[in-house]
Amino acid sequence: MLSRNPDNYVRETKLDLQRVPRNYDPTLHPFEVPREYMRALNATKLERVFAKPFLASLDGHRDGVSCLAKHPKSLATVLSGACDGEASVRIWNLTKRKCIRAVPAHEGFVRGICTRFCGTSFFTVGDDKTVKQWKMDGPGFGEEEEPLHTILGKTVYTGIDHHWKEAVFATCGQQVDIWDEQRTNPICSMTWGFDSISSVKFNPIETFLLGSCASDRNIVLYDMRQATPLKKVILDMRTNTICWNPMEAFIFTAANEDYNLYTFDMRALDTPVMVHMDHVSAVLDVDYSPTGKEFVSASFDKSIRIFPMDKGRSREVYHTKRMQHVICVKWTSDSKYIMCGSDEMNIRLWKANASEKLGVLTSREKAAKDYNQKLKEKFQHHPHIKRIARHRHLPKSIYSQIQEQRIMREARRRKEVNRLKHSKPGSVPIVSEKKKHIVAVVK
Amino acid sequence: MSATRAAESLLALSQQEELEDLPKDYPLSASEDEGDSDGERKHQKLLEAISSLDGRNRRKLAERSEASLKVSEFNVSSEGSGEKLVLSDLLEPVKTSSSLATVKKQLNRVKSKKTVELPLNKEEVERIHREVAFNKTSQALSKWDPVVLKNRQAEQLVFPLKKEQSAFAPIEHVLSGWKARTPLEQEIFNLLHKNKQPVTDPLLTPVEKASLKAMSLEEAKMRRAELQRARALQSYYEARARREKKIKSKKYHKVLKKGKAKKALKEFEKLQKVNPSAALEELEKIEKARMMERMSLKHQNSGKWAKSKAIMAKYDLEARQALQEQLARNKELTQKLQAASKSEEEEGGAEEEDELLVPEAVNEVQMNADGPNPWMLRNHPSDAKEAEIQKDPEQLSEPVAHEASESEGEESPLAEEEILLKELEERRSLRKKSGLNQDSEPVGRQETKDSSSQEVLSELRALSQKLNKENHQSRKQKVSSARTVLPVQREEPAEEEEPLLLQKRERAQTLEELEELGEEGCFQDKELPRPALDGQQLERNPNNQPGAPKEKTKKEQMIDLQNLLTTKSPSVKSLAIPTTIEELEDEEEKDQRQMIKEAFAGDDVIRDFLKEKREAVEASKPKDVDLTLPGWGEWGGVGLKPSAKKRHRFLIKVPEGPSRKDKNLPNVIINEKRNIHAAAHQVRVLPYPFTHHQQFERTIQTPIGSTWNTQRAFQKLTRPKVVTKPGHIIKPIKAEDVGYRSSSRSDLSVVQRNPKRLSIRHKKQLKKNSVD
Repeated sequence: MLSRNPDNYVRETKLDLQRVPRNYDPTLHPFEVPREYMRALNATKLERVFAKPFLASLDGHRDGVSCLAKHPKSLATVLSGACDGEASVRIWNLTKRKCIRAVPAHEGFVRGICTRFCGTSFFTVGDDKTVKQWKMDGPGFGEEEEPLHTILGKTVYTGIDHHWKEAVFATCGQQVDIWDEQRTNPICSMTWGFDSISSVKFNPIETFLLGSCASDRNIVLYDMRQATPLKKVILDMRTNTICWNPMEAFIFTAANEDYNLYTFDMRALDTPVMVHMDHVSAVLDVDYSPTGKEFVSASFDKSIRIFPMDKGRSREVYHTKRMQHVICVKWTSDSKYIMCGSDEMNIRLWKANASEKLGVLTSREKAAKDYNQKLKEKFQHHPHIKRIARHRHLPKSIYSQIQEQRIMREARRRKEVNRLKHSKPGSVPIVSEKKKHIVAVVK
Repeated sequence: MSATRAAESLLALSQQEELEDLPKDYPLSASEDEGDSDGERKHQKLLEAISSLDGRNRRKLAERSEASLKVSEFNVSSEGSGEKLVLSDLLEPVKTSSSLATVKKQLNRVKSKKTVELPLNKEEVERIHREVAFNKTSQALSKWDPVVLKNRQAEQLVFPLKKEQSAFAPIEHVLSGWKARTPLEQEIFNLLHKNKQPVTDPLLTPVEKASLKAMSLEEAKMRRAELQRARALQSYYEARARREKKIKSKKYHKVLKKGKAKKALKEFEKLQKVNPSAALEELEKIEKARMMERMSLKHQNSGKWAKSKAIMAKYDLEARQALQEQLARNKELTQKLQAASKSEEEEGGAEEEDELLVPEAVNEVQMNADGPNPWMLRNHPSDAKEAEIQKDPEQLSEPVAHEASESEGEESPLAEEEILLKELEERRSLRKKSGLNQDSEPVGRQETKDSSSQEVLSELRALSQKLNKENHQSRKQKVSSARTVLPVQREEPAEEEEPLLLQKRERAQTLEELEELGEEGCFQDKELPRPALDGQQLERNPNNQPGAPKEKTKKEQMIDLQNLLTTKSPSVKSLAIPTTIEELEDEEEKDQRQMIKEAFAGDDVIRDFLKEKREAVEASKPKDVDLTLPGWGEWGGVGLKPSAKKRHRFLIKVPEGPSRKDKNLPNVIINEKRNIHAAAHQVRVLPYPFTHHQQFERTIQTPIGSTWNTQRAFQKLTRPKVVTKPGHIIKPIKAEDVGYRSSSRSDLSVVQRNPKRLSIRHKKQLKKNSVD
């Protein structure tokens, strides 16, 4: 007769889980790998089934959205500037998905917008050669919408960024100016060359560093403390904007007109750390995830893509039928969402992880999610799983562009190989893809 | 002054050179002596040559071919127009006059001063600035390298990196800012105040405070636990005492008493050593007890027990002994104190002597044991042993020698040289002995003389070998064994027993082999003249010498094409053709082939391949199924096998399948196991981070699910790489977060300083760059 100790199988209360004795001897489980493979396959398929990244579209602007800014203290607040004259800056509440304030900031385009690090005010620059500082809170009843300060400049400002710790901001146009908030004249102007600078960005970690990109195809780094430019790298084509990695002080990514993004280590500018390819048109904006592991890029090809920082190809592409050229993109501070502003006047909200379930998860759900994630990672190289995981639907224009570009690239490569083959050995240098796009580094 | 002097010296020099040069020029001019018109030109040339000789003011003189402008008084000569005016030239005419000395001095002073260099142009300066700033910045950034690397390699990163402190406000703060407004609230407040419910800091009523003051909970708990422990201990001791009291065995009580006495004595002795005054007191106590004992008359033969024993004593040996014991005790007690102490001392002395004696006896035993049981010798110092060996070498049997060798082999390398020296001496003494023995042993005489020189040589060789540290470890054992065998060998002639001799000769053989490594057989030479042993050696040779047979086996191991010929597989048939041809070929070619064969003796590729193929074929063949059950239809039991008929009946033979694809391809193995349908699901290329397919396979084979892992392992295996909290803002990494000191000075303050000022270091670099 079998007699067992009831302690081993009886639960203490009715609410406890039933005890399930289990023998983990591997000889008793001969089909571990096939079973896990099937689970991984199912997880991958389900991921594709549940991949619904689009959350909301915020409409209200009367023209294309030209710039976006995150609120440093509040996740639900987003600021946007547009190309229309009236009510060209809008502040949105993401939870309500509504515009909570509209500011007629500038006449004409709003070129740049940035928030102060404390979140009490924000700055805008526009085509009317002014820099304006606004309070974050709206005017009280009966008060008129007025900026806190207005600075009248001599030239048009094309971009603005605020220092991460101090009451300093930088603007760019014909030169990079660094302003004290209290003064009407820049405390420091830095130039190198004479072309117009399209964007300037402060380094979030080593806050005295700045990066800018100009229309003469170069990226220039500045040191604010020593009030001097540091180095300049000239690429094949114009860089539209750069973004610093918020977790790695010396890494930044440049969005280029030649459809690629380049991640640089600022100490060694002659070779980019990684070339990110997948877009089929000029890349207009880039923003890092606050974890520093990934970044999102907005392109003229009407799509946004998410790249891992250390991979050459994107892991995700987002597009909708109605979304036109995407001009600006931002990754929210909790690293869960992505916002993009596009030509057709809308701001769209996306999930950063397309198939993620929103809301609070139970512990079992969380465990299952983690397990599925690990399984997908484990079997990611298996052909069937790889195929399913990589499959994306693309608009016809992008799809055909990709095909076309593939053919072009192949032809170019073939030609190169042939040239190499039929010339004296050593006379035709083999240039790696990374180095191909760098024209020069100027000290 | 110096300038004039220099000019004078120059003049003198030029004159000298002129003098020297003239004779050289002379024949040339003589040969060219053609006309007067040339004379002028020559003179001009000469002058030019002379002026050019002067090192200082060497100047180019334009050569003219057309009519000279020089002569004309209307034209300004363009001669020397491209040249700078040099001060010294102007000074030359002033040479003699002394009135202009001050001017000259001033000029000299001006001459000695260096001109200031032109400043670098603006772009250059900016470039240098930039370079310096860039180097500085990149250096400052490199402090982030370890942090970045750590974060990239981290198993799990939890964002936000710095945990936010939840805003916690104590209740009194909240309460102080709050006022009762509604009537209900006011009522509640009134009630609370009536109760003297405190609103501020320690939220306790007076009663609670008092109770807290009385005793803290922990203290009370501790006290209770202490009490419990004490009570438990007490009850335990009580129970034990009761139990012991109940024991009826007298022997037990006797033993107990004795034990107690012994213990007391021991304690007393200890006390004597440590604290004499206390010991004295104790002594007094003991004395008192003794006196009491004496007075009690307990050990007289007058007690009840004694009387009963006395009756029994006649018949019972035990009773008698007990009685005697009691008497002895009585005596001991009734003796005077002095005497008692004396006896004690004597006893103690005797014991001590015993203790001294015992080890001696043991030692003796051990010494005696040395002879028959050499294993006991291990720990003794080698000196004593060697002395022993020298004392009675005849007594030594060979295991001893062997043992000695082992022990020596084990000795530390530090003593190695000493041992060697001793060994040398020992050998010498042995040789002497053998020399003495020569008279009694005429046979060994020649040999020893012969060998003496060789021995010295061999000894030296052994010594050098020993000192050679490179192959120290490997040879140590061998050499030591050789060493120990040697003396035995020397003794051989003294002992004439044949079997023993033979045995020893055998051992010497090993030594010979050893010696052969260095220099072939000096001992063999030595032994050759021995007539008596020759035959035996010859006998031994075929058995023990491995040389010839080894070679044979080697030859067998080589690829034998003949052997290949005999195998049945079709591939061999194809191979057979060249082999048959080969047989017809010349001897020279054969030799060459033999050489090649020898060169590639190790890699037997063809056979390996054939073997592999055979194995593959065997493995792929389906096996016959044997369904015989023992015991059915016939007798069963241990050791009984089912009959052949039955086996034949129940054996299911595999039907002949399709033949293998590589059946007729001798050089190919085609794997028929590969499944195309399965291959579609398999990874074809080794993925990036893996360097070997086994690594990858292993990662795939280890399951991560909870079905195959414990809960803990499952959680560990499925930890996500990046964890973010919903609704939390992740801020950029800060220097303080990772333990770096962030720069205290503001970025702004530096900008406001004058940026154009150069530090000393910058200046240095600037200078360096300008030199470049």
